[in-house]
Amino acid sequence: MSTTFTLNGQSTTLDADPTMPLLWALREVAGLHGTKFGCGMALCGACTVHLDGQAIRSCVMPLSAVAGRKITTIEGLQSKQAKAVQAAWVALQVPQCGYCQSGQVMSATALLEKNAAPTDADIDAAMSGNICRCATYTRIRAAIHSAAQSIKA
Amino acid sequence: MKSPSAHSQLPTRRDFLKSAAGASALALSIGFEWTASTRRAFGAPSPGPFVPNAFVRIGADDSITVIAKHLEMGQGAYTGLATILAEELDADWSRVSVESAPADAKLYNNLAFGPVQGTGGSSAMANSYAQLRDAGAKARAILVSAAAKEWHVPVNELTVNKGVVSHAPSKRRASYGSLVKTAITLPVPDTVTLKDPKNFTLIGGRPARVDVPSKTDGTAQFTLDVVLPGMLVALLKRPPLFGATVKSFDPGPASAVAGVVKVVQVPRGIAVVARNFWAAKLGRDALQVEWDDSHAEKRSSAAMMDEYRRLADQPAPSARKEGDARKAMGEASRTVSASYEFPYLAHAPMEPLDAVVKLDAASCEIWTGDQFQTIDQANAAQAAGLDPKQVSIHTLYAGGSFGRRANSMSDYIVEAVSIAKAYGADGTPIKLQWTREDDIHGGLYRPMYFHKLEAGLNAQNQLTAWRHVIVGQSIMAGTPFAASIKEGIDPTSVEGAATIPYAIPNIAVELSTTKAGVPVLWWRVVGSSHTIFAVEAFIDEAAHAAGVDGFAFRRSLLEHQPRMKAVLELAAEKAGWNSGPMPAGKGRGIAVAEAFKSLVAQVAEVSVDKEGNIKVDRVVCAVDCGTPINPDIITAQMEGGIGFGLGAVLHGAVTLKDGRVEQDNFNNYRVLRMNEMPKVEVYIMPSNEAPTGVGEPGVAPIGPAVANAVFAATGKRMHVLPFPKLGVA
Repeated sequence: MSTTFTLNGQSTTLDADPTMPLLWALREVAGLHGTKFGCGMALCGACTVHLDGQAIRSCVMPLSAVAGRKITTIEGLQSKQAKAVQAAWVALQVPQCGYCQSGQVMSATALLEKNAAPTDADIDAAMSGNICRCATYTRIRAAIHSAAQSIKA
Repeated sequence: MKSPSAHSQLPTRRDFLKSAAGASALALSIGFEWTASTRRAFGAPSPGPFVPNAFVRIGADDSITVIAKHLEMGQGAYTGLATILAEELDADWSRVSVESAPADAKLYNNLAFGPVQGTGGSSAMANSYAQLRDAGAKARAILVSAAAKEWHVPVNELTVNKGVVSHAPSKRRASYGSLVKTAITLPVPDTVTLKDPKNFTLIGGRPARVDVPSKTDGTAQFTLDVVLPGMLVALLKRPPLFGATVKSFDPGPASAVAGVVKVVQVPRGIAVVARNFWAAKLGRDALQVEWDDSHAEKRSSAAMMDEYRRLADQPAPSARKEGDARKAMGEASRTVSASYEFPYLAHAPMEPLDAVVKLDAASCEIWTGDQFQTIDQANAAQAAGLDPKQVSIHTLYAGGSFGRRANSMSDYIVEAVSIAKAYGADGTPIKLQWTREDDIHGGLYRPMYFHKLEAGLNAQNQLTAWRHVIVGQSIMAGTPFAASIKEGIDPTSVEGAATIPYAIPNIAVELSTTKAGVPVLWWRVVGSSHTIFAVEAFIDEAAHAAGVDGFAFRRSLLEHQPRMKAVLELAAEKAGWNSGPMPAGKGRGIAVAEAFKSLVAQVAEVSVDKEGNIKVDRVVCAVDCGTPINPDIITAQMEGGIGFGLGAVLHGAVTLKDGRVEQDNFNNYRVLRMNEMPKVEVYIMPSNEAPTGVGEPGVAPIGPAVANAVFAATGKRMHVLPFPKLGVA
């Protein structure tokens, strides 16, 4: 069975079990490996992608649910907010093991696309669903503030 | 973070591109550089690469490839190793990349605990420092000799800057790449002069991490991302109790799932091999297995802790004896006592364990975030029925480990090999994927421990006696490292306790080693993950009993430990320890530790609200890790260590009910999240001593620093981990 949706700006049809979580369809059918598996229960955020601009957990989203909708993965990030987030991630040397960072970047980008000047409380609310076992949280927070500043400048 | 200006010294990605472009523009304008592709276009053979030793390769295109014997699991090992070598090589950092070494216990031995190629004990920099300085300096010497030979000038008239050799008198310059063809004809010198550390430009500087760009744009390759032609994915159904085995199983329902290729039995359970993860998952969910529990561990962790409490009052082997603690305790004016309880802890790295194996009759190839390459190679060979020489290992980035991937059973790798073998050993690549539930249920936990302490004070409120009894499982028993157990003492059970640094005339530290069917393993900072909590929380109780401030009490007992005293003082000063009392509901706590030869002191500031919720607001950390190779990575490891340790003391516990693990995933095995992360300030002691550990030591003091701060805020001591909700326990 096939599902058609917009993947990183391109109309895409994936032939897979419609109950397959979007995460695995992206990884094993579309061949996009930036989105990671961490918990399978929407508890850790490693699988975060954008669904019509909203950060969602692809590990619990059945492929069939995205039919006709827009999905953006780390590979398809284009917005100025995304570029600012990624530049800040490099400048502040955020990643350690790096495994959760695609999800962190996706959540941070979705936050800045809605809120140009997030407070620490806004960051807590938007980012507490993304676990980092290396606890790079202080740098993630600093990098989000830095990205917001760089967009404003 | 150390300071904002420190970060601005880091080259940005744009700088990186600019300097790379600048280097090649310079090369072209001078006309000495032929890239490898240009040479091929003109039909000339491409020389090199120049491989002066097992740790570096220099290409005719000026590329510098550092060969890393250590796993990169987040701790910055790739960048640190490359920094050491590139420093002595005088390499252009923008041309340096890192690749993992093949398994080889001779070439890539860990000099801290070998003969093994492996990463652990925060040893990557410590055991590589002299080795890679030598490797870099020798490579440099040969390249300089090559220039001298080509130009017929004396070596001592040549200088090197960022990979370019210059002869000032004749104004000649040559990049390392252009010297490769001559360099490969020259012998490696036996000895070489190393740089004076005052001339270091990379060591102690802030070269950007080599892995950050690919870990920011999603292109970094983890085991999860390995795809090989015809590769299948396997999930393994393991017994619900430790020590249980398969009695019988019905492969029918699993085999009926679309995409499932084969269901096979292996020593650790029943594997479902499928075309993709989802099919393997649905297949495993459908699998019917009956287990034989007759040899399984069926106790509850609460019952085990009851037994540990009883054992703490029984005589046990001595780990340290100074003077006569029992007698001194009897003569003390006052004694204080306390006990501390520590749960089993899972490592829960973000990347659930995974390994790809391609096995046939004569070879076994493994792709994984491999932490114990030569041990894993030997175990894989045994599982495959091959010689270790027939097993090759491709070490990839690991999505965290915290000790989990370094286990002498090579559990997940052996599982993958045994599945490939049961599948038919026909060369079909198979990826074994653990789920998060597999990880949390999977054992190899930090052991559960019970600690009992007693201190005696004399009439002058001086600490005269210290007794410390530790009860728990041994990590080393039954492993290739068991020889480290001497007279009943596993050093990993007592490190941090037997090595208590304080000047106390009478000390007795004893260890009662228990046996349980729950497999255990080192967890970031190993013994100090519990011993330092007990020592540093209890010394605070003793200070309070003596009526002395916790910082002043510790400092008075550390006159003979100048480095430890110095980090303690630095942390206290930066935290404003003596700046006066904190407002109601807030408190400050301090703790200090030596772990893997590094010294770390931390001051935590906490707030406790009316409902008893603990919030850690700020942590000030001072660290002396010898020569700071990369201060930004050291800072990152302290920040991360604090967050990792904090998650454990606030939330972390694996508990067993009738042998069954009660936690499953991040919903009930909680770890630290963004909203709980304190502000962190890190201060690094300047030092020219040999570098020591960085990846783990930052974890050790955070728990007791926070516990002592909670006491300051509330008057309540934390004797059970994770911290019970205040006002409830």
